[in-house]
Amino acid sequence: MLQISCPWCGTRPEGEFICLGEAVPPRPDPAALSEAEWAAALANRANIRGLHAERWWHVRSCGRILTIWRDTVSHAIVPPPDGTAALEVKP
Amino acid sequence: MQRFSFLSLARNALSHHEGWRRAWRSPPLREAYDVVIVGAGGHGLSTAYHLAKEHGISNVAVIEKGWLGGGNTARNTHTIRANFLRDVSIRFHDVSVKLYEQLSRELNYNILFSQRSMIDLIQSWGKLRDLRRRSLAMALHGPAYDLISVDELRRRIPAMGDLSGVRLPPLAGMAHPQAAMARHDAVAWSYARAADARGVEIHQHTEVTGFLRDARGRITGVETSRGTVRAGQVALATAGNTSHVAAKAGLSLPLVTRNLQAFVSEPVKPIIDVIVNCPDVGLYVMQSDKGELVIGGGTDPIPSYRQGCHVATFEDVVASLVELFPRFKALRMMRQWGGAIEFAYDASPIISKTGVEGLLVSTGWYGGFKSIPVGGLTYAHLIATGTPHPLAEAFGLDRFTGLRFLLEAGTVAQR
Repeated sequence: MLQISCPWCGTRPEGEFICLGEAVPPRPDPAALSEAEWAAALANRANIRGLHAERWWHVRSCGRILTIWRDTVSHAIVPPPDGTAALEVKP
Repeated sequence: MQRFSFLSLARNALSHHEGWRRAWRSPPLREAYDVVIVGAGGHGLSTAYHLAKEHGISNVAVIEKGWLGGGNTARNTHTIRANFLRDVSIRFHDVSVKLYEQLSRELNYNILFSQRSMIDLIQSWGKLRDLRRRSLAMALHGPAYDLISVDELRRRIPAMGDLSGVRLPPLAGMAHPQAAMARHDAVAWSYARAADARGVEIHQHTEVTGFLRDARGRITGVETSRGTVRAGQVALATAGNTSHVAAKAGLSLPLVTRNLQAFVSEPVKPIIDVIVNCPDVGLYVMQSDKGELVIGGGTDPIPSYRQGCHVATFEDVVASLVELFPRFKALRMMRQWGGAIEFAYDASPIISKTGVEGLLVSTGWYGGFKSIPVGGLTYAHLIATGTPHPLAEAFGLDRFTGLRFLLEAGTVAQR
């Protein structure tokens, strides 16, 4: 079972969270995009084999959403390579 | 191709079975082919077979980074069924079941096809409504999906324990008589042998490391760990790793890869003769020909390429198993494995040309073992003619543009 560090609650077991998947950039303005670009922004994922950033929702505790860096092959959770802290993202 | 028959078995028995020839060749890798298929799993090999058989295209190389049938073809729970929700999915998988029924004969290879029914155990009113809806959708197309009573459930699955104490007592069941099992290796091997006999070359231990492109950006071949291969078209059949391979061609796809695990118990005497599926709690169990119980559940709820054991899901599945089948508490588990399966954004398959000319994908197989024959048939049609097969018109990547999603509920994603 993964142990996830919540910036508010400390290290907690995975069962308290729901994984929201890959951290995708904020939604662009659909009016500024073509149909194909909008579909790609909505549905396409990098689906990286290796280290990626992903969002977890601490639903059974503080209720906040955080970002962690996890390797999708080894499942190892590592500090953010870009030096940022686990971010809260408004749902 | 050396055919299998009673006579050939008898003849080879006389020579102590030392006279059998190899089922497929391992020729040297050539510099160019009409079509290169990446991935020698069920879908890749079936596609190669249908390219040669229906379209006369046999200048084909199937290249594989590992060994033949060693990816998801070896990592599934060999279930074949057609109980889906969407019209196109039902028709598509119904054809697949029918092709599977004839496959041993067509390929002259015993795939140990066993059409033994799937029984869904329904434990919530929501699921009952959902499956009734699927049943009515399927009634329009042929494959049966019939409501059965709890008494009938008990009769069909005598291994179940006393149901009065379970947290969600079964309300009813659904029976899908077309559902079947087949030996997964035999499916890969039979297609490999039949494709090879029609001139297709299979190259194992040949990993794609990049793509060749011309000045206009069209794909003209692949770089591999064994050298450069030019190709008229490159068709990906790289279940689980399609995003990873397509990224080398600069292509982004609406896919997420997840781990779907399964495990088998020690072998026991025959105790379950149907495939039991419990969608409410995320559990399915069947008994293999060897006597092992094959047990699985939903996908692990995180993106993953690990092909391993996610303990949280494992615990869920085992807890559900011993609640419904308390007598299985005494069983020891022998093996566990995971397969990296990829989900499209709408949980339906993708058989499509891509934004990169010369590159095609067959992906989004949420457990694609059941669709190997029809997947190959329709993918070969697309490669050979440039237009989608009538059965797979809805499975193009263009459905995402315009948001014409094909939301499918009949998959392991649904829980």
